[in-house]
Amino acid sequence: MTAKTQLLKVSDTGIRFGGLKAVAGVNLELKKGELVGLIGPNGAGKTTFFNLLTGVYVPTEGTIELDGEKLNGLQPYKITKKGISRTFQNIRLFDELSVLDNVKVAYHSLVNHSMLSSIFRLPSHFSGEREMEEKAIEFLKIFNLDQYMHEKAKNLPYGQKRRLEIARALAAKPKLLLLDEPAAGMNPQETEELMNLIALIRNKFELSILLIEHDMLLVMGVCERIYVLDHGQLIAEGNPEQIRNNPKVIEAYLGEEVS
Amino acid sequence: MAVNIFKNARGFWTSIVLAVIFGVIMQFLITGGTLNAFYVNTLFFIGINIILAVSLHLIIGITGQFSIGHAGFLAVGAYASAIITMKLQLPFWLGIMTGGVAAAIAGLIIGIPTLRLKGDYLAIATLGFGEIVRIVFLNMDYVGGASGMTVSHLTTWPWLFGCVLLTILVIVNFTNSTYGRACISIRENEIAADAMGINTTYYKVTAFVIGSFFAGIAGALYAHNFYIIQPTNFGFLKSFDILIFVVLGGLGSMSGAMIAAIFLTIISTFLQSYPEVRMVIYSLVLIIMMIYRPQGLLGTREITSFLKAGKSAKGGVNSDSKNTVA
Amino acid sequence: MEIIQQLVNGVSLGSIYALIALGYTMVYGIVKLINFAHGDVFMVGAFIGFYSITVFDLGFFPALLISMTACAVLGVLIERIAYKPLRNATRIAALITAIGVSLFIEYGTIFVRGAQPEAYPGNIIPAKSIEILGVKISTQSLLILGTSLFLMVLLQFIVHKTKIGKAMRAVSHDMDAARLMGINVNNTISATFAIGSALAGAAGVIFGVYYTKIEPLMGIIPGLKAFVAAVLGGIGIIPGAMAGGLLLGVIESLVSAAGFSLWRDGVAFVVLILILIFRPAGLFGKNIREKV
Repeated sequence: MTAKTQLLKVSDTGIRFGGLKAVAGVNLELKKGELVGLIGPNGAGKTTFFNLLTGVYVPTEGTIELDGEKLNGLQPYKITKKGISRTFQNIRLFDELSVLDNVKVAYHSLVNHSMLSSIFRLPSHFSGEREMEEKAIEFLKIFNLDQYMHEKAKNLPYGQKRRLEIARALAAKPKLLLLDEPAAGMNPQETEELMNLIALIRNKFELSILLIEHDMLLVMGVCERIYVLDHGQLIAEGNPEQIRNNPKVIEAYLGEEVS
Repeated sequence: MAVNIFKNARGFWTSIVLAVIFGVIMQFLITGGTLNAFYVNTLFFIGINIILAVSLHLIIGITGQFSIGHAGFLAVGAYASAIITMKLQLPFWLGIMTGGVAAAIAGLIIGIPTLRLKGDYLAIATLGFGEIVRIVFLNMDYVGGASGMTVSHLTTWPWLFGCVLLTILVIVNFTNSTYGRACISIRENEIAADAMGINTTYYKVTAFVIGSFFAGIAGALYAHNFYIIQPTNFGFLKSFDILIFVVLGGLGSMSGAMIAAIFLTIISTFLQSYPEVRMVIYSLVLIIMMIYRPQGLLGTREITSFLKAGKSAKGGVNSDSKNTVA
Repeated sequence: MEIIQQLVNGVSLGSIYALIALGYTMVYGIVKLINFAHGDVFMVGAFIGFYSITVFDLGFFPALLISMTACAVLGVLIERIAYKPLRNATRIAALITAIGVSLFIEYGTIFVRGAQPEAYPGNIIPAKSIEILGVKISTQSLLILGTSLFLMVLLQFIVHKTKIGKAMRAVSHDMDAARLMGINVNNTISATFAIGSALAGAAGVIFGVYYTKIEPLMGIIPGLKAFVAAVLGGIGIIPGAMAGGLLLGVIESLVSAAGFSLWRDGVAFVVLILILIFRPAGLFGKNIREKV
């Protein structure tokens, strides 16, 4: 690892729902260009942690900083504009919109033409929309989704839906991409394709990725560093080799398969 | 999904020219006496109902915000415009503008707090708002209270047609732009829209305000099409009448809402002397429709997509099992 | 003393709201549907009570029982015919159906018997009044309060102490899990509709006795207000509906007492919007967020 600058800094962050501490005292750092895994048994608080990062929940303790800017308390859409974008464990696409339009929605915050220019169909509307469309099509080509461009998102096969969700998240031009179990429900071949895709994304878009995954093979294979969450607290951090041999991790996963 | 005729500048202008030609022909038919008073009257009702249907379609069909107090905005527009023309003796065009703007302001005031609510709660809150508006006018002596307010007949075909055209143009253009897509993304999955950088509150309120504005314009035309307006004209049943256009036509389909508005207006003029029969039929149609074809006549599709049969056949394997009200 | 007099009126009115609100809250708790037709079941209950008293010459309690039974059947029919096919449909579709059923009952009633109002005979309950500490309380008010309270206690008993009550609580908590545990979900939902509708029927008869005038569209406003009461108390929470109903009745009476009787109908909706904005889970509810 060459020395890189820091991107995300999470300090002592947590949230309690009533009396229940769902996540507590998490310290986590991500450097630019890093691909980091976040693993843990079911109910460890991984998705809750993502929800804290993206503003769906507001942390009740600690601070979250991206590029030195504090994100606590910002609404989700503002955090997306600051540079964190995500996918969801249970895919959330815009089902009735076409594949192309799904990506265009992510470009929305980057448009220049005003609402009035669209309503009165001024020239800036046409040029703005055309530019958006060209960009989106080019983007879909990278993901081999351009063939489904005009298909409604809900009609895509499962694997392609996951792919589209990642594409859409990337279209929002994030500095940090959060992937929530991207391989869930995929067969081994699809998982392998996905691993290649994630590697490609990171090189091509020069961003950092934080990955929640159950598939150990995938996490151990692509991640440089791994954090392990259990009962809402970090219990280990290290490279795949260290994590594999960490007794605490083995204990947390006891009964579950650690490959 | 979208009405594609306005996709490029030429299609846009052709549609406008065709519409204007239609309007002029109708004007000749009306002034020439080819259409008798009954037909003209029905035509005016159709026009007003189209504006109402299309404006509510933007809120429910496009943005997915289930508002059932649309008659409240109709009432605000009707009373505001009537105050301008009758109390202040100002010209009709100013009355129409004021009606729209007053309703838009009402939409803004009611939309900001209530649009944070979801589904059922929003429905009930908007319904409550509609009732409050009615009760306010009922208690305002300035506008005649329960006995209502007399209004001159000023709504003419050019005004009506112009407003219908403007409503359709603005809402179609809004829908088929990045702003409309932002609204649709909220309807489809609000959490994902938020995660994609869409300011969901802003766009929900925007759609609500635009919808209210046109409902207010419809109110101005409605008020000046009668000789009297009373709070009872704007009760829950009126909201329901508008709602049924949008639902029957297909949530998300503007042409569907328009067709339903035209069709149901014609039916109700024939059933005018039997209001309870009309309501029994309406309610049965609604129940049966929801059980057997909950997506409405056209679903989210537009009538134009049926004209381009070849293209729509390709995406026609839609299993219309829509369980996505987040 | 005037204030206390108004409070008594408010509590009487509120107990009617509470009885209707219970049905809303139970149904919402179990199938997450605002049963718009509930206010119309209340209206049907009032009419059945009226005909039982005038045509069959029955007293208050027999009429009450007949009305409750008939409304229970009506409630189950509505559920089986209109709502059951939509159990997996979108919320909007279910809501629209409920509005459709409501209109169907209202205008079906007008179609069958006309829109003219009826008046409950005044001699069903001896009109005496008792003076307690300078406040006149009519026997009518006492009977209404007594009946309502009895029904609410009975409901609490059913929900907490009987098998069907346990099933109802299980289904409202998690329908699929309840089904896996061998609970007959369909019957449980029907039972919920039956109980809720019976309470609405009782409220109809009580309303008729207290306010005399009944007509086919009488269910709309009390129905909406009872819904407000249910939201006020926290929808899905049975004690919340009772408290919400009583509170709303008292608020309305106080507004009338303050000289704003024309605004009385508006107050409920103002309360609704305020509660939705500031405490959408209701006074007794807990905030629940959508799972992401």
